[in-house]
Amino acid sequence: MSAPYDLCVVGGGIHGCTVALFAARGGMRVALVERGSLCREASGVNAGTLTMQMTRVALIPYAMRAHAMWASASDWLGHDVGVVVCDGLSLAFTEQEAALLTERAGKRREAGAPIELVDGTAARRVEPGLGPGVMLAGHCRVDGYANAYLTGLAYRRALLAAGVDILEQTPASGVRRLSAGFEVVMAATTLGCRRIVLAGGVWIEPMLAWLDIALPIKVLVNQLAVTERLRPVMRTVIGIASGLLSLKQYAHGTTVIGGGWQARGDRERGGAELMPDRLIGNIRLACHAIPALRDARLARAWAGLEAETADALPAVGPVPGIADAYVCGSVHSGYTSGPYLARLLAERILGRQPELPLFPIDRLLKPAESTA
Amino acid sequence: MNEPRKHDLIVIGAGPAGAHAAMAAAGCGLDVLLLDEQPAAGGQIWRRPSSSRVDNQPVRTQPDLAHGDALRIALAASSVTCAFGHRVWSVSDRYRVDTLGPDGAAAFGARQLVVAAGAHERIIPFGGWTLPGVMGLAAATILLKAEARLPGQKVVVAGRGPLLAAVAAGVIAKGGEVVAIVDRTPQREWLASVPALASQPGQLKQGAAWMLAIALRRVPILFGHRIQEALGTDSVSRVVAEPIGGGARRLLDCDALVVGDGLVPGGDIARLLRIAMRHDRRRGGWVPVVSDLFESDRAGLYCVGDGAGVRGAAMATISGEIAGLAVVARLGRAFDAQRMSGLKQRWRKGQRFSDAVAEVMAPRPADVADLRHDTVICRCEDVRLGEIDGALAAGAVDINQLKHFTRCGMGPCQGRMCGAIIEELLAARLEKTREAVGQWTGRPPLRPVSLGDLVGEFSYGDIPVPEPAPL
Repeated sequence: MSAPYDLCVVGGGIHGCTVALFAARGGMRVALVERGSLCREASGVNAGTLTMQMTRVALIPYAMRAHAMWASASDWLGHDVGVVVCDGLSLAFTEQEAALLTERAGKRREAGAPIELVDGTAARRVEPGLGPGVMLAGHCRVDGYANAYLTGLAYRRALLAAGVDILEQTPASGVRRLSAGFEVVMAATTLGCRRIVLAGGVWIEPMLAWLDIALPIKVLVNQLAVTERLRPVMRTVIGIASGLLSLKQYAHGTTVIGGGWQARGDRERGGAELMPDRLIGNIRLACHAIPALRDARLARAWAGLEAETADALPAVGPVPGIADAYVCGSVHSGYTSGPYLARLLAERILGRQPELPLFPIDRLLKPAESTA
Repeated sequence: MNEPRKHDLIVIGAGPAGAHAAMAAAGCGLDVLLLDEQPAAGGQIWRRPSSSRVDNQPVRTQPDLAHGDALRIALAASSVTCAFGHRVWSVSDRYRVDTLGPDGAAAFGARQLVVAAGAHERIIPFGGWTLPGVMGLAAATILLKAEARLPGQKVVVAGRGPLLAAVAAGVIAKGGEVVAIVDRTPQREWLASVPALASQPGQLKQGAAWMLAIALRRVPILFGHRIQEALGTDSVSRVVAEPIGGGARRLLDCDALVVGDGLVPGGDIARLLRIAMRHDRRRGGWVPVVSDLFESDRAGLYCVGDGAGVRGAAMATISGEIAGLAVVARLGRAFDAQRMSGLKQRWRKGQRFSDAVAEVMAPRPADVADLRHDTVICRCEDVRLGEIDGALAAGAVDINQLKHFTRCGMGPCQGRMCGAIIEELLAARLEKTREAVGQWTGRPPLRPVSLGDLVGEFSYGDIPVPEPAPL
């Protein structure tokens, strides 16, 4: 067997790719194993929103730093991933939504997100495309979006330039613990490494099971839709107080509508089947917010899988009881915050002190398992 | 929206296959709903002339019109519930069909589903194929059959398959000039298929009538040729034809180029529902894997007609009728077993002819072998061959990844037009089989729909917004 890698990352989404990239730049010899193509699951099919107003409060400090990373992606990633930084509005059309918005925007502001509450008139100055009936809006200047489907292309170039060995179309079927380090088992071969990062998104649960760790990961199946090209009808990122809408128009004219309405699907089948009524519901929210969208035609709807832990906070840190094994994923709004959280983990793996605390999974494991 | 009441059977597509499936099932007492986007039954081949054009003497491609009229009369006399003008945009569950109809968004339910979605055209790209004045054989057929209009005054007809002769004859009948027929098929292949074509004398006769009309006008037929380039500033004014494999080029002045390189089975619903499919070059591309009763690997889902593999209208009719009776049997109702065995016999007897026709229309791997670097492959997103090769050089190895690298297939047609070509290109470049290259993931909408039509009138408070995510 050839000399073991310093690090093997299993899972080539945004988390795995970022850990691999920064570990390689930190001097490690790194392999990245991906069953399909890089960033073709959640990291490539999400809505690309880079917003604070849908981010969990505990993650705001991370998301703010991640937003800055996205905004400078050309510098550290070598590709801008189509990132546009713009204003964001979270809208309230009812008393109930206004109360929800006031509470949520307040807590996010306390956590460091520069969100101001404004009335409908002020909101329309920020976004002239808004429809009538806005009672209150959360206005945040730290918002924006990326072209999520470009993520894989961008990371692939950067990883190759950093000397990472990328093994695409190569499903891993297990990890064996050796006296020192690990062996990643694939169909035709195995790969030896001193350290391992499991970064499989919703597949983190079966991956951790390779190491006899039981971490339940809930699978969200988020529906999304994109319109055909349309004349410019909006210039901000739009959401609603409940978080069930995300909306933005790309420079080439298409509009992406998301918000986490659920489709049918699971780990085995992916986002298998969309729910027409929910698609219509989601699009109604979009058309209510930006009425000119009624003129657009729906080009495509799809669904992507999002991972969620029991407390809906990330699983980013060492695997308890197993030296040199790490997990990285289950980050709510993971596309926004992922690059930063994964970079923190890379720092930890490189033996440095991360700038902010990680999210170790000990809290999520039953005591018997955490001492395995 | 509440879950819709369930019919015994929904049939999607009211062409020869779908209409016969619906009538066969309804004739045995089933509650059948037949959906079609068009205002009347008939599909593409038996399309009804627009009512506004009936007086205007639409081109009487006689047998097709007679077949279509007979079908529409039989359907009207049956107990089939017809919903025309319904664009199916989603099929889900077991089974829910969502449409945009005359009254906006609608949803229908059924225990069984017959998909008879027909085929669409394959156009192998060439320089200038996106110029105005260049159109598909299907579009020209609609102009001729439904609108009684000529695609142009001086028309070049190009591509492969029997539709070339049908459209050329239609242009001549309507008083237009056919400058030339540029047929990819070498003459020897046509001659080789004659014995098989003769196994269906009626259809051979129709073909002979087209050829006679073409011969009487002394229209040059360039066998074994293809269009190398279409030229023109605002619209096409000249095309360059060349022998496949090299040789002297021919310049043809024209004001319309009608082109089609065979048919691609419409697999959108099969892909959406993720039923098992296989690639069958002779049948035009990806086809659902079906039993001898045309049932897919998803219980209660049947695929018939050209959408399940290109075989032509006669076979489509038989496949539809068989599936209609199979649905009757599956729901435990009585049906005429003798009729079923008669249908199966006709199916077997029709194979030789339909195989021969399908073979002539089938794509060849060489079709994409020497496309030019600057040729537009995905016309919606203006992606050229050079960009696709660039993406392959950058490491794209699967069809969905290629899309992300280049935006090919991400436009309004969602790859319906370029998908088959791009898959073939990818297979050739990577030296993989079409199965290994796979297909783009099927997703709704099956056809583009306007957001305004989809959402209709609503009040904000009635939107069933789910619970917010945790803070």
